[in-house]
Amino acid sequence: MQNDKSNNIIEEVTGNEYKYGFTTDIDTDIIQTGLNEDVVKLISMKKGEPEWLLDFRLKAFKYWKTLEVPTWAHLTIPEIDFQKISYYAAPKQKKGPESLDDVDPELIKTFNKLGIPLEEQMMLSGMAVDAVMDSVSVKTTFKEKLAELGIIFCSFSEAVKDYPDLVKKYLGSVVTYRDNFYAALNSAVFSDGSFVYIPKGVRCPMELSTYFRINAANTGQFERTLIVADDDAYVSYLEGCTAPMRDENQLHAAIVEIYVHDRAEVKYSTVQNWYPGDKNGKGGIYNFVTKRALCKGDFSKVSWTQVETGSAITWKYPSCVLAGDNSSGEFYSVAVTNNYQQADTGTKMIHLGKNTKSTIVSKGISAGHSQNSYRGMVKVSRKAANARNYTQCDSLLLSSTCGAHTFPLMDIGNKSAVVEHEATTSKINEDQIFYCNQRGISTEDAVALIVNGYAKEVVNKLPMEFAVEAQKLLAISLEGSVG
Amino acid sequence: MDAVKQYIDLFEQTKETINNHSTDIMNSCREEALHMLKKLGLPSKKQQKYAHTDLEDYFGPDYGLNINRYPIPVNPYEAFKCDVPNLSTALYFLINDQYYNNEPHGTKYPDGTFIGSLKKFAESHPDIAEKYYGRLSSKENDGSVAINTLFAQDGFVVYVPKNVQIDKTVQLINVLGSETDFMINRRILVILEDNASVKLLICDHALNEVNFLATQVSEVFVGEGAMLDYYELEENPANTKRIASTFIDQQKGSNVMASSITLMNGKTRNNTYITFSGPGAESHLSGMAIEDGNQEVDNFTFIDHKSPHCKSNELYKYVLNDNATGSFAGRILVREGAQKTEAYQSNKNICATDTSHMFTRPELEIYADDVKCSHGATVGQLDNQALFYMRTRGLSEDEARMLLMFAFMSDVIDNIRLEPLRDRLRKLVEKRFRGELAKCRGCNECRPEPK
Repeated sequence: MQNDKSNNIIEEVTGNEYKYGFTTDIDTDIIQTGLNEDVVKLISMKKGEPEWLLDFRLKAFKYWKTLEVPTWAHLTIPEIDFQKISYYAAPKQKKGPESLDDVDPELIKTFNKLGIPLEEQMMLSGMAVDAVMDSVSVKTTFKEKLAELGIIFCSFSEAVKDYPDLVKKYLGSVVTYRDNFYAALNSAVFSDGSFVYIPKGVRCPMELSTYFRINAANTGQFERTLIVADDDAYVSYLEGCTAPMRDENQLHAAIVEIYVHDRAEVKYSTVQNWYPGDKNGKGGIYNFVTKRALCKGDFSKVSWTQVETGSAITWKYPSCVLAGDNSSGEFYSVAVTNNYQQADTGTKMIHLGKNTKSTIVSKGISAGHSQNSYRGMVKVSRKAANARNYTQCDSLLLSSTCGAHTFPLMDIGNKSAVVEHEATTSKINEDQIFYCNQRGISTEDAVALIVNGYAKEVVNKLPMEFAVEAQKLLAISLEGSVG
Repeated sequence: MDAVKQYIDLFEQTKETINNHSTDIMNSCREEALHMLKKLGLPSKKQQKYAHTDLEDYFGPDYGLNINRYPIPVNPYEAFKCDVPNLSTALYFLINDQYYNNEPHGTKYPDGTFIGSLKKFAESHPDIAEKYYGRLSSKENDGSVAINTLFAQDGFVVYVPKNVQIDKTVQLINVLGSETDFMINRRILVILEDNASVKLLICDHALNEVNFLATQVSEVFVGEGAMLDYYELEENPANTKRIASTFIDQQKGSNVMASSITLMNGKTRNNTYITFSGPGAESHLSGMAIEDGNQEVDNFTFIDHKSPHCKSNELYKYVLNDNATGSFAGRILVREGAQKTEAYQSNKNICATDTSHMFTRPELEIYADDVKCSHGATVGQLDNQALFYMRTRGLSEDEARMLLMFAFMSDVIDNIRLEPLRDRLRKLVEKRFRGELAKCRGCNECRPEPK
């Protein structure tokens, strides 16, 4: 009897498992699949890019050709045919939108479905949004208001046109095209993304946000985000992503670079909800992302917060290079994998300056047949006196067929460093579930409750709007996995 | 790659001599090892497992090997200096990799027990030797193990039959003695049948300050309900390199305490592999390393929880001074179905100088849900407040530091189940921290009673 009931709940929940799985019928300009030098040139031409950027792309492409697909992660990645992907897909537009009226109504509908309040709702929630669909930025809100403060928040291609000096100075300064396989690929074919520049002494009054959406089939999304916080600046940046449900896998290889000057602070939050594939592991996004922040200035600070619930395969290590003295880095992560999802995620904290601090809190939750790994590195260089690191990574196992793994590395070259690492793996405490049952809370609800409590430490770090969404996502991703 | 070629050539040239001085059972494993070595070569630093140990540096130089088994004129009782007071042990020696033919007097073992030369054992108990020799080591695709299998001609064996308990601690001293640079390939085989028990203490001593390379492969089989204590203590001069791989297979309900202690060394690599082949088994691993100068210690452990209800507990501690480098990598694998596993791992380190370097990589890989696993790793320094407190009580700074470092190491020592060895280690560790052990060579204090 009870079994029946819980089955009902499972069906109910799995029925609405991925509510963002629609496609939008918009004219899309897709170039032919395949990758060669001409394609790189074509992308650059389509975007009307200056010579130096094309050179950058070509150099990256040349380097990419010499690389092999990395295999060190604890992931089973089916072979990807890079010639079968289209590297550029853009919603067709005759000219750039002047106002919201000029934007394709279908597009607005899409973003409304996603719950991205591009219009008036924006005023209420007070959030500036840059929406990127199939790698092209479609609309940036609140631009004028931000411009009054001297803040630049626009699509990457606009930035290339309007602020070439800034882009030229910072592009590739944190993640060079030689960084890794997917970074090189992205550097060669990236189509768009967001660019943020916060001038000296400015505290960005609202949260900046980007929504990424893959719409067209057989395309890859390769966007780049570049955030520069000048001296004493502050910004909180949010990133969200969704994709339609498709049987075939799609590739998403992005780069996020953050450059932080003296006493500046950047908070970067992600709720990653790419389509994870169906119950049998069919379809889903391959999310291979390079994210890195360079705390160049003294007393600079970077905080990464991520809630990873989507993607068939996640391969992502948001890192901090703590180069400035007294700089600090934080990494808070909840990674949930269900069904046949795989995640290999974590962080790198590289202590170079004196008195640098880093905190890592990682919570993994695995269910179904999924594999969830934490991989991290804390490096204290010889000159990094008084470095301090605290790492905690916990894993929660919800089924007997899933896996939870931790691969931390500590590389300590300075005697004054204090580095701690703790990791635990366990399943949900049966006593706690029993206690909840006793109080009339069903097992499913109890699990959701316990998981939410478990992830609270990280979710609390998210801005309000995201925290609510993240909590709901956690519940959706996990329900139906108890048993 | 060049290093490997050197060994393959040497083996192919001297194959017959090696075989003539060894036994069929050991010889039968060589071809497979040669094949593996040709295929794999030595693990490089690019492989994560050997990221901090450069095997080219170990195997690259030219060493002499005693393939013709010329007797070495060393009286081990003369040479052996560190006894454990109050611990009466049955003493055995391997002089380089040769078994020293001298039964410890006054020791009588229950029937069927065999402790002594591997070569002799293979002749007197061919069935058992064949069943166990090379079984665990060949599974690990590691070029350094293959080199040992190629060249090992003799070794040490402990065989304890069903339901036999050996009370007296068995002590094996590996004495390294040579006038020229020298390579030693020794083999250790420990077989405990069901409900047997034995305590084994293995000590390494080098007599000369030439470049030694010692490879050691130990295969340990622990039967149902059997109990084993396995302590390894290394005290070698700074130009000795040691690479030891220990494979332990545990059956249902068995209990193992394995400890590797590096007090003095040049470069050391210890690989410890534990496989739980039956449910309810338990093992405790502990290790310590005290390093200064340019010493290197790299401990790698791999615990394979294949069966449910097993328990493992690891504790490794390092104190690094001067330019020393320490590495620790511990991998715990809990396989699907190994429910109710408990696996704990802890690695704590002190870097006392700016030029010392510590790498630590604790890994958990878990495919079962009803488990309790944790690992912890820290790198830090001595507590300034504690130092200050002791200074206010009139202790000199050196003394205070020494006391704290000693206290730091004490829980590894406390894990040891042999009380006299614990006492002895406390003394040795204290001496080591005072920098006195280097002077100890040949002193009277540790000299055993004349026999």
